Amino acid sequence: MRSVPVNQDLIEREFAKTSPYLVGREKVREFSRAVFASDPVNYSVESAREAGYADVVAPPTFAIVVQQLTLDQLFAIEDSGIELTHVVHGSQQFSYTRPIVAGDELTAQLSITSIKTLGGNAMVAAETTIRDARDEHVATATSTLVVRGDAA
Amino acid sequence: MTSDEVLVHPFVPGDVVAEATYHLTRESLVRYAGASGDFNAIHYRDDVAAEVGLPGVLAHGMLTMGLAVQPVVDWLRDPARVLDYQVRFTRPVVVHPTEGADVSVRAVIGKVDEAERTARIDLTVTVEGGTVLGKAQVLVRLP
Repeated sequence: MRSVPVNQDLIEREFAKTSPYLVGREKVREFSRAVFASDPVNYSVESAREAGYADVVAPPTFAIVVQQLTLDQLFAIEDSGIELTHVVHGSQQFSYTRPIVAGDELTAQLSITSIKTLGGNAMVAAETTIRDARDEHVATATSTLVVRGDAA
Repeated sequence: MTSDEVLVHPFVPGDVVAEATYHLTRESLVRYAGASGDFNAIHYRDDVAAEVGLPGVLAHGMLTMGLAVQPVVDWLRDPARVLDYQVRFTRPVVVHPTEGADVSVRAVIGKVDEAERTARIDLTVTVEGGTVLGKAQVLVRLP
């Protein structure tokens, strides 16, 4: 078995904030349909405003779209020791301060909070903090990536 | 009910708060790919899935996670009441080209925190009787 260790220096690394992601109204509707959302606040501006939101509300897992931008940064690093074809999504968590709504300009910043070895695999915890244009916290998205070490 | 029996809320661990079944087709996967930007070919190409040793084209784990919370959102009637949501991806969901796949979700109160007015909702997410998500938990602010 050939083991490809994940670079431990990733934990210390400071990742650049992503450029602002503007949440589009039609994107929210498209994502809502894709995850079978049925709440009117996901589709109707009027319903969303009646419920106290500025615009249509994104489903809880929409934060993955913004988090993905930071995971792309991770996968682009040459010396990470993470081969994309060997990555499996082990688990996912979102902690919300508030829901994402259309019109939000979101920036995301990645940090690698732990790298553990389990059997021949590495478990990488990738934590992405998502903030709005006023620099207020919106959500934190954490992925556990299982990097298979047995590159056959 | 007498006036001194006022409950903060009527929720008790074990109560089923929502149940739903979603029918996934290949079209659902293409739709999610476009909406999310995840164009990994194992989610729409049988030849690629077979090449990497999978039993068939799989639903995106994030699609399963995304739909599994919807019955809870509908029950809460306000997405802002979802405070935290986590899952483990324990078994892939194979989506047959003609039959598709049925994903069933059952949401049960796991634990109630009276002081914080929050509850942990435990999701059981199954396909053909087998669980596909592990430790699927939603922390909610109770209505």
